[in-house]
Amino acid sequence: MTTAIHVENISKRYRIGLAPQKFRYGMLRDRIVDIFGAPARLMRSIRKQLPLVDQPNFIWALQDVSFDVEEGQVLGIIGRNGAGKSTLLKILSRVTEPTRGMVTIRGRVGSLLEVGTGFHPELTGRENIYLNGAILGMKRLEIESKFDEIVAFSEVEQFIDTPVKRFSSGMYLRLAFAVAAHLEPEILVVDEVLAVGDAEFQKKCLGKMGDIAQQGRTVLFVSHNMSAILRLTQESIVLDKGRMLMRAPTPTAVDFYLSSGHAQAGERIWDVDEVPASSAPFHPLSLRLRDRRGMVIDTVRSTDPVTLEVEYRLDLPVTGLRIGFYLSTMRGEYVLTSFDTDDPGLFEKFSSRKAGRFVSRCILPPDLLNEGRYALGVNASSFGIRRYFQDEQALAFNVDAAGAPGTHWPEPRQGPIRPRLDWKIEAIE
Amino acid sequence: MTQNAVVKTDMPTIIIRPSTGWTALNLRDLWVYRELVFFMIWRDLKVRYKQTLLGATWAIIQPVMTMLVFNFLFTKVAKVPTEGIPYPIFSFTALLPWGLFTTALNTASRSLTANTSMVSKVYFPRLVLPIASVLAGLVDFSIAFVLLIGMMVYYRITPTLAIWTLPLFMLLAIITALGVALWLSAINVKYRDVNYALPFLTNFWLFITPVAYSANVISQKWQLVYSLNPMAGVVNGFRWALLGAKTVLGPALAVSVGISLIVLISGLFYFRNMERTFADLI
Repeated sequence: MTTAIHVENISKRYRIGLAPQKFRYGMLRDRIVDIFGAPARLMRSIRKQLPLVDQPNFIWALQDVSFDVEEGQVLGIIGRNGAGKSTLLKILSRVTEPTRGMVTIRGRVGSLLEVGTGFHPELTGRENIYLNGAILGMKRLEIESKFDEIVAFSEVEQFIDTPVKRFSSGMYLRLAFAVAAHLEPEILVVDEVLAVGDAEFQKKCLGKMGDIAQQGRTVLFVSHNMSAILRLTQESIVLDKGRMLMRAPTPTAVDFYLSSGHAQAGERIWDVDEVPASSAPFHPLSLRLRDRRGMVIDTVRSTDPVTLEVEYRLDLPVTGLRIGFYLSTMRGEYVLTSFDTDDPGLFEKFSSRKAGRFVSRCILPPDLLNEGRYALGVNASSFGIRRYFQDEQALAFNVDAAGAPGTHWPEPRQGPIRPRLDWKIEAIE
Repeated sequence: MTQNAVVKTDMPTIIIRPSTGWTALNLRDLWVYRELVFFMIWRDLKVRYKQTLLGATWAIIQPVMTMLVFNFLFTKVAKVPTEGIPYPIFSFTALLPWGLFTTALNTASRSLTANTSMVSKVYFPRLVLPIASVLAGLVDFSIAFVLLIGMMVYYRITPTLAIWTLPLFMLLAIITALGVALWLSAINVKYRDVNYALPFLTNFWLFITPVAYSANVISQKWQLVYSLNPMAGVVNGFRWALLGAKTVLGPALAVSVGISLIVLISGLFYFRNMERTFADLI
């Protein structure tokens, strides 16, 4: 076995301005003052030889990360938002340079940090295949030889000569992924591209990824989807706040990731630098579980109701906002999804939310979950418009089955739910 | 597929590390990505006049309208000497390379910020973007050039033998536009002030270029200073090659070429050195 990727003490530093803290209500006025103050500030800073911008803050997106990837290995990279996963992939695909450290790569690198990069809405599907292929580094002959295969995979044959602006979002994504999936570099670097599209298409993408891995190519794979990571990779590294916490066989790494790194005592508080800038104007503040007395807890009794609550801030009024909870098992299988405006009455009442702080809470009824460990995720979106924020593993918690149905037999039960069903036993004469 | 579908011949080794000091131009990489330049130009042309009523006619309307305005101002309102050449063709001949230059300069200076997602998500030599934008301007130029030929027939102007030098003057216009655009596009990634400065810059540049008037109105002792503007050389060259205008090119042209090469080469180095920060700043 030879080493395909050798990463040695990679660090990446970003400058961030002081802008996020300045963000507050009455923002427009501040911004206007800011804009007209700019020339004055410029003069002042020239006169006093001060730096032009406010003293920048630096954040280390990656710190001293080292690892090797063998040829033909599929390595998973897991970590929460802001852990440095995307930065690592950007460095490996040469989009950005490391601040320190060195990477040696043997082979051509194809990177899939986003599907459909460079797609132009006015161009037809056919034209976009050529264009996107060229952007991803394919030669024209290569694209020509794979053209039919790409079209077949995307399932948009009939519309191939229609401008993609007329495509549904599903068709658009299928076409975009199809081009990317037919890249044939020795090393493939894949970011969260599977988080898009419907369930069936995700399955197809995963299948394709599996094929790529089978062909003996080296793949680095980032995903929030733990079941995808478990299926596709044997080994994974866990990143947190720019540092590499562990490298282990994937099941171990996934368990470690899901059970550590979360705030203690059933509460998750988001730091400013943990929230991607793209989620503005939505800004999550905290997520917690409370028992019936209102205490914050990290272990829930299966027989008790539990309150899930998320606090967030809106920097601007948002229309059609819905806050969702995703409940899933440690293996990444969903147990349930629920939104705060599922009720038509609430949906009417909160059709638009003004700027400010909010809390959305709901109660999980007693006798719902089986014992085990669960992950609670948060999602903020406006249906059909935009997804502001998503963290599918925001908080992990335990469920204790004491007193639940059937606990007089000391054995684990199958399945994530453990409802108290109304059994009747009748003797039939 | 067999177990070893990947051909493992001459695998290139890539070393990624922070670059220090001056980066080499590495134009080889650009050569590898030449097809992408072609595809970007092609995309530009495909979408340029999409969903417009008049389509590619715009390539003609713009210089023609400017010519009509100039014609009114400089023959009716104020008289401008044109060395005996009818004013419409005198100004139109200059408006062609001028249009090529401003279109190239404007689109290329914005080419990085207009393709943010490409810059922040995919690796490719960033030089592809400004180069493709500059070259795409040649198509509009060719369309308007057909009209120029028509006008020459109408005014019974036979081009001189010097017409073969025309591509060289076009090259000079392109090199100048690219050189300036390399500086501006790289600066634009960090300071979007460039967007606001561009219209002003092209307006100002028009005044110091003999588009509406003849370079001969500049007094002899200022001629050399005047030719520090490479576009003056281009416009004079066009009139000389096509209309047989009696402009002395000589040393002034040498200065123009020199300046434009300096801008291009310094622009290439500046761009290459800023390139590593593009994805982080854009």
